[in-house]
Amino acid sequence: MAAPSSNPLRLLNDLRVRAVLYQVVAVALVVGIGLYLFGNVSRKLAEQNIATGFAYLDRPAGFVISQSFIAYDSSNSYARALLVGILNTVFVSIFAVLLSTVLGLVVGIARLSRNPMLSLLAKLYVEALRNVPLLLYLFLWYALIVAVFPPVREAWQPIPEVFVSNGGLIVPSLRWSPAHSGVLLAALAGVVLAFVVAGRLRRHRVATGIERRAWPIVLAASLLPPLLAALLLQPDLVVNWPEKGRFRITGGLQVTPEFTALLVGLGLSASAGIAEIVRAGILSVGRGQWEASRSVGLRDGQTMRLVVLPQALRVIVPPLTSSYLSTFKNSSLAIAIGYPDLVMVSNTTMNQTGQAIEGIAIFMLVYLGMSITISLFMNWYNARVALVER
Amino acid sequence: MTRMISKIATLGFLAAVAALAASPASAQATLDTVKKRGKVLCGVSPSSAGYSFADDKGVRKGFDSDVCRAISSAVFGAPDKVEFVPLNTNIRFQALQSGEIDVLSRQTTLTFSRDNSLGLDFGPVVFYDGQGLMVNAKLGVKSASELSQAAICLLPGTTTLQNLEDFFKPRGIKYESVVFEDNNEWRNAFFSGRCDVITSDRSDLASVRAVANDPKQFVILPETISKEPLAPVVRQNDSNWKDIVSWSVNALIAAEEYGITQANVDEKLQSKEPEIQRMLGVSGDLGKMLNLDNKWAYNIIKQNGNYGEFFERNLGESTRLGLTRGPNQLWTKGGLLYSPPFR
Repeated sequence: MAAPSSNPLRLLNDLRVRAVLYQVVAVALVVGIGLYLFGNVSRKLAEQNIATGFAYLDRPAGFVISQSFIAYDSSNSYARALLVGILNTVFVSIFAVLLSTVLGLVVGIARLSRNPMLSLLAKLYVEALRNVPLLLYLFLWYALIVAVFPPVREAWQPIPEVFVSNGGLIVPSLRWSPAHSGVLLAALAGVVLAFVVAGRLRRHRVATGIERRAWPIVLAASLLPPLLAALLLQPDLVVNWPEKGRFRITGGLQVTPEFTALLVGLGLSASAGIAEIVRAGILSVGRGQWEASRSVGLRDGQTMRLVVLPQALRVIVPPLTSSYLSTFKNSSLAIAIGYPDLVMVSNTTMNQTGQAIEGIAIFMLVYLGMSITISLFMNWYNARVALVER
Repeated sequence: MTRMISKIATLGFLAAVAALAASPASAQATLDTVKKRGKVLCGVSPSSAGYSFADDKGVRKGFDSDVCRAISSAVFGAPDKVEFVPLNTNIRFQALQSGEIDVLSRQTTLTFSRDNSLGLDFGPVVFYDGQGLMVNAKLGVKSASELSQAAICLLPGTTTLQNLEDFFKPRGIKYESVVFEDNNEWRNAFFSGRCDVITSDRSDLASVRAVANDPKQFVILPETISKEPLAPVVRQNDSNWKDIVSWSVNALIAAEEYGITQANVDEKLQSKEPEIQRMLGVSGDLGKMLNLDNKWAYNIIKQNGNYGEFFERNLGESTRLGLTRGPNQLWTKGGLLYSPPFR
């Protein structure tokens, strides 16, 4: 038998070799074009004396941002300003996703209710929200907030020291210190610990068949870390009371109307889509499952929670991922109603530095990176709930 | 959303153009390109009352648009050889850099970093503006230094935000800034009391006040917190084209100074003043030095008018904007407008 590779050209007859070759050529072509464009842009920009590169990120930004979760002032760098924008985007997206999931689940189940009034209401909700562009809703919510609530100087006080106005919702808060952050982290650790403990207890129960009361142990697991942290770090409990000034109310925890409008807009619009996804998921579970669980004596709520929803998740999770991704990307509409998200900070940066190509590149990379992170997480979750074939 | 998308798409497109185009800016020869094309591509505001906007017949009106027409008159001897390219603030410089337009006449502030890092050159200042602050008269505010803790509504796109910080930070005044992409949202947020203060160029504040239900309810504070000299912009490394744009503007200013108007320019051809003779091309060959027709300045004034006529027609007290000349007055009358001599 002659060696098959005696003539290299004959390798092309091999299907697998050809497949690899095509891919190599395709990748080389894409990379080549990319490099050519990049080189050409750099050369032309240099020829025209246009500043390029990312050195500007170290320069002081020189502008203020109305909402920030990290310490920031105008003498900080452009890079930090962008980070503030990224955190604002992430923050509003997380809350919008949570809101849309809870509302979507409730409305989706309500649409399937046997009560005609309830299912009609749910249907109206879905149709009203998903048939109008999100941008118009954002304008609507923002206009409503700004027009319905009084100006700050005439702020309502539903409870003493709580102020509601078109400048935002202001409530007393704790004066925050690193010690508080420590306790907060410990509380998060407590939640994780509680899940781990609950899982172990369940496995133990399944393995041994011995029923033990689990909730006191789980509760203790969740409370222990924050209590320990509080004892060790001893955070001061100083209340930061809102204070009325000539124009604004300062101090306290302030929720801006821009944030509220964006959260409500994103959350409600996405919830309509999620309601439909949930409905489709529930309908995909066969009638037999309902009948079977009733015949073993489960109540309707239990059937939904223990039998139907876990199976419906297989259908629900993949489109849910898309919905989360659009919510995240749609948060860039923030710019229309004055919420300082990544796009707004990028725009200001581009205007001050004139380096638009770099600015656009940064925010596209950030959106791409975060979208991929969401996708990876949801894929992992999808694999967990997917049908396990035995 | 669509605006966002179109903005990104345009930027992407311009980047691609910059990458692929043979080389729009190896152009010692913008003038040749313009002549060959038969028209000037002029970047203007999409819609800005008084500066550049399309009227009910779709004709571009406004001060900035008229500057474009003046350049067209200088090059072609006719004011209508202009194609107006509406640009927003974010893509205006890229459009010029990539050769999409020949000149940018779009309420653009001349600043050091723009002049020196964008590969662009600025012509003479055509309008001296400055950023101002407007408040509700009910607040009884007399000066910007009283604005501690106020919420301020503003638009992105210019250096507005940075000016605000440059003004307030040294005075130790803290404030809340709310930045809107959309003009209507910006105005409404101010009118409804979401913000205590609205800030923009003073000329812009005048037009905001003009659309309020009761304009008297609002006062513009005395402080001008920044200098905003607005000037036309061209690409670097083409001094002939830059000279054409610069001297077209200078001709407008000089014409007002020498009393030459659209109506009397023909009589002024008989003027005994040597400077007027040189400018209008009766004697000398100034036009040839610009590689233009010797009648270039005559054509500008005959077809468009002088600086004063531009101002009164588009921005002056008889218009909706109702601006006074202020610093945009001739140096001989206490203003800042000063054309170098035509000799």
